[in-house]
Amino acid sequence: MKTFKHGGVHPEENKLSAGAAIEILPVPEHVSIPVSQSLGAPSKVVVEKGASVKTGQLLAKGSAFISSNVHSSVSGKITRIDEVTDTSGYRRPAVIIEVIGDEWEEGIDRSPEIVSDIRLSREEIIQKLNEMGIVGLGGATFPSHVKLMIPEGKKAEYLLINGVECEPYLTSDHRLMLERGREMMIGVTILMKGLNVGKAWIGIERNKPDAIAHLENLCKEFPGIQVVPLKVKYPQGGEKQLIKAVTGREVPSGKLPVEVGCVVNNVGTALAVYEAVQKNKPLIERVVTVTGKSLKKPNNLLVRIGTPVNKLIEFAGGLPEDTGKVINGGPMMGKALSSLEVPVTKGTSGIVVMTQKESRRTSVINCIRCARCISVCPMGLEPVLLAQLSENQLFEEAEKEKILDCMECGSCHYTCPAGRPLLDYLRLGKNKVGVIIRNRGTK
Amino acid sequence: MSLLTVSGSPHIHGHQSVKSIMYGVVVAMIPAIFVSVYFFGLDAARVIFISIAACLFFEWIIQKYLLKGPLTINDGSALVTGVLLAFNVPSNLPAWMIIVGALVSIGIAKMSFGGLGKNPFNPALIGRVFLLISFPVQMTSWPLPKALFDSSVTDAITGPTTLGILKEGLNAGKSVQELITSPGFPGYLNDLVGAQGGSLGEISAIALLLGAVYMFFRKIITWHIPVGYIGSAVIFSGILWMVDPSKYIDPAMHLMAGGMILGVFFMATDMVSTPMSPKGQIVFGIGAGLLTIIIRVWGAYPEGVSFAILIMNAFTPLINKGFKPRRFGEVLSKK
Amino acid sequence: MNETLVYAVISLSAIGVISAIILYFVAQKFKVIEDPRIDIVADLLPGANCGGCGLAGCRAFAEEVVKREDLSKLNCPVSGTEATKQIAAAMGLEAPEKDPMIAVVRCNGSRVNAPQKVIYDSAASCSFAHALSAGESGCPNGCLGLGDCVVSCKFDAIYIDEITGLPVISDELCVACGTCVTACPRSIIELRLKGKKDRRIYISCINTEKGGPAKKNCSVACIGCGKCMKECPYEAITLVNNLAYIDFNKCRLCRKCEPVCPTGSILETNFPARKEKPGDTEKIPVSSEA
Repeated sequence: MKTFKHGGVHPEENKLSAGAAIEILPVPEHVSIPVSQSLGAPSKVVVEKGASVKTGQLLAKGSAFISSNVHSSVSGKITRIDEVTDTSGYRRPAVIIEVIGDEWEEGIDRSPEIVSDIRLSREEIIQKLNEMGIVGLGGATFPSHVKLMIPEGKKAEYLLINGVECEPYLTSDHRLMLERGREMMIGVTILMKGLNVGKAWIGIERNKPDAIAHLENLCKEFPGIQVVPLKVKYPQGGEKQLIKAVTGREVPSGKLPVEVGCVVNNVGTALAVYEAVQKNKPLIERVVTVTGKSLKKPNNLLVRIGTPVNKLIEFAGGLPEDTGKVINGGPMMGKALSSLEVPVTKGTSGIVVMTQKESRRTSVINCIRCARCISVCPMGLEPVLLAQLSENQLFEEAEKEKILDCMECGSCHYTCPAGRPLLDYLRLGKNKVGVIIRNRGTK
Repeated sequence: MSLLTVSGSPHIHGHQSVKSIMYGVVVAMIPAIFVSVYFFGLDAARVIFISIAACLFFEWIIQKYLLKGPLTINDGSALVTGVLLAFNVPSNLPAWMIIVGALVSIGIAKMSFGGLGKNPFNPALIGRVFLLISFPVQMTSWPLPKALFDSSVTDAITGPTTLGILKEGLNAGKSVQELITSPGFPGYLNDLVGAQGGSLGEISAIALLLGAVYMFFRKIITWHIPVGYIGSAVIFSGILWMVDPSKYIDPAMHLMAGGMILGVFFMATDMVSTPMSPKGQIVFGIGAGLLTIIIRVWGAYPEGVSFAILIMNAFTPLINKGFKPRRFGEVLSKK
Repeated sequence: MNETLVYAVISLSAIGVISAIILYFVAQKFKVIEDPRIDIVADLLPGANCGGCGLAGCRAFAEEVVKREDLSKLNCPVSGTEATKQIAAAMGLEAPEKDPMIAVVRCNGSRVNAPQKVIYDSAASCSFAHALSAGESGCPNGCLGLGDCVVSCKFDAIYIDEITGLPVISDELCVACGTCVTACPRSIIELRLKGKKDRRIYISCINTEKGGPAKKNCSVACIGCGKCMKECPYEAITLVNNLAYIDFNKCRLCRKCEPVCPTGSILETNFPARKEKPGDTEKIPVSSEA
């Protein structure tokens, strides 16, 4: 069975909500839509306080090459343009809208009909994705239109669709493949056209046999698309790991996947691409898994961007008494939230609620040099060494040991028997090395 | 609701802890403990008990009064050292020597470097080698095995180990064949189950292998060091044996006699003092295997496992520097 | 017997002589000609290699001193005026005049003033905590209390107060080398004039948020109301980004600003107690609107 070779762990899957069909979360009374929801430069607000907006109206415009548009997910009145605490734990600019009705912008096709003819040309597709604010929904939120623009001198050969969902607990992609498979496949076809490639692979881990079977069936109707079942192993959803698992190619250190002719997109992104191109619908809602062992009703919700996290938890049966931590994203790579008022953004793939007991880290003792971190590191790094170097501020040394290759998958900390916060120090080191390199550039 | 916790990812943790690893190693040594008690009687139990008690005591007292850190005797590492030290001495060793050995193991080889995880050498082996050099007579007079409730032999009889017999015999000019067939030589089967003279833990290859299988199953050890070690020892001794079977012992005998199995699975796999990358571990194993055979064949001592492992321990930092794991995307970026 | 002794002595002496000759030539060959004044200057320096001068240690500083003709641009923050004068005298140059400085922690968000809102459970590093989230109190500019400055200080001048959770800098031990200033990921620590009798007045807050959010997280935050600025007779106080700042070069320590601050974010150190005057202690309540 196919998988990536180096490292990896297999945490308990805990896919509690795998059987729960996607439900639509009612529109809340207020939303706060962060102005910057993608990697790259912050977007520029184009609306004013007090203005009325419709669902799907442009709120902020991408301001640079790597930047993306943000649209209103509801209709109503803009009460404030202010800073609110977002997933980063800091206060960032956002547009706060008081919801009045649900009036959509004209031109958005809201009918359930599936449109399979692709009328737009390659350039028009890229233009459309830019306009509709489509970003990678796997969590990294990289603007999708930029991904389709292959740098000069490079050529994309394959499109890889990430349906791996290797994070424990999360099931949003799984449900999406089952319930919106056909639309997603059209999205994949659009992406193939946008990239000008003839072959697309959908990587899915073996723990989702129903999704594999469903999509394999659909593949018969869509030429050039093929499902690749993969062995269950974390972090297979990492771009470089997925490429290695599916094609056997290895992306060189510090380079982008296009170096080996691959472009990776998430299944959720493929669906958003379908909706943007065929239905003219901006990215204003996404599927979010709301889960946790203590939660009454773990489920998958279709949520408008900007909805506060506590609304989602309420819908899933309310916040349990002994909650110790709420994570935005999966338990391996997600961010712990400091407030439940934080809005859902384009990058929110799941909300995981953990009990007090689950949320405290194990006590830290001396490293016993068992080297488990080295054997699980998917990038072939030595986390123990890198953590030591950054703890002792030897950042230049750490750079030589390829600290920047770290993808922050967390396998090292997960597996460390001494409970050492390896990834914390790796992150610290990565930050500092980044600063050193930037300073070098300015000199 | 109480306060939310904010911490960096990952938010879940694997099930293995240092404690579970250490106690796993102890569980893996239980078969060998039983075999030693069976063959050496309550003397063996006495040695093991004293060794464990002394190791735990020294760990506790040093941590409490000298290092003044949090107490670490619960983590199981001192327990492992205690059992391993007992495994490495003869069953008739006086109690005070065991205690001295434990003091050297825990106090000098481990705690003086800062405790768990900081020691460059395997503590139990340092203790054993210290005792071997300081008290050569007591450390090399091995009680011959007798079944636990066998009352036909009343006095404890001491005799040489399998390797001791061979070494002495070869030095005296006899051939291997002559020695193997001579009366009193334990033979392959006895080496396998443990009916041979020797240190407590090294006599029974079967019991040790059982423990090793358990450790593999629990993912406490990886294959790299044992395979490298046994592979290089078998190949090297095999070459010598093929050159002259009358002068050199065959590989199977090398494997089963003496402390090879104990060393390979329980001491060369000690995480703290061995290299970290898989490649480095294989190199470590190969080096230790070669050194073991070289010491056994040409050295003054009949047994070379402890010295071989300690010498390779000394090379560990160098191996760690020289044999890095292969970075993802490394080869391609050079093109 | 005697013969052996004699041979041993002769051979050993011969080896000694030959080695000495080899060593002599090697020493000649690899001789480094160094300005002897470097050693003199280096002896006068503190030798802590703190890097406060911006050079790689005290030796590098000494080499630089010898090269220069003007010492005004070179500054060893650790050496006192006395030591600097001695160095200048040794070089036959004029000592630059400078007033002693000290590191000052500009955050008063103690556990009482800025109560805990979340539990931080990760590596004990301010830099990491800063990258992770706003911190336990929720203040995006406040002290995280994990002690990056304590670790960076080579003079043991900083410790974290157990009760407040904030760093305390010792007036006696701090040499104003500035390593803590760079170590702090939030730039809370600033080098300020030490002041006569260690008297200093400064705004103990660097929060640039608007009044409302700032006050929500911390009761002693500067809310940028500008009262102190209006009160200052020397124009030493400026207000940028909702944050007041006292220029220590202009401040004459008149103490007029401290009583008018509605949140008490202005701190005075080592001043005698104020005489009670009615009206002075009355604090104007702050509106919490953003």
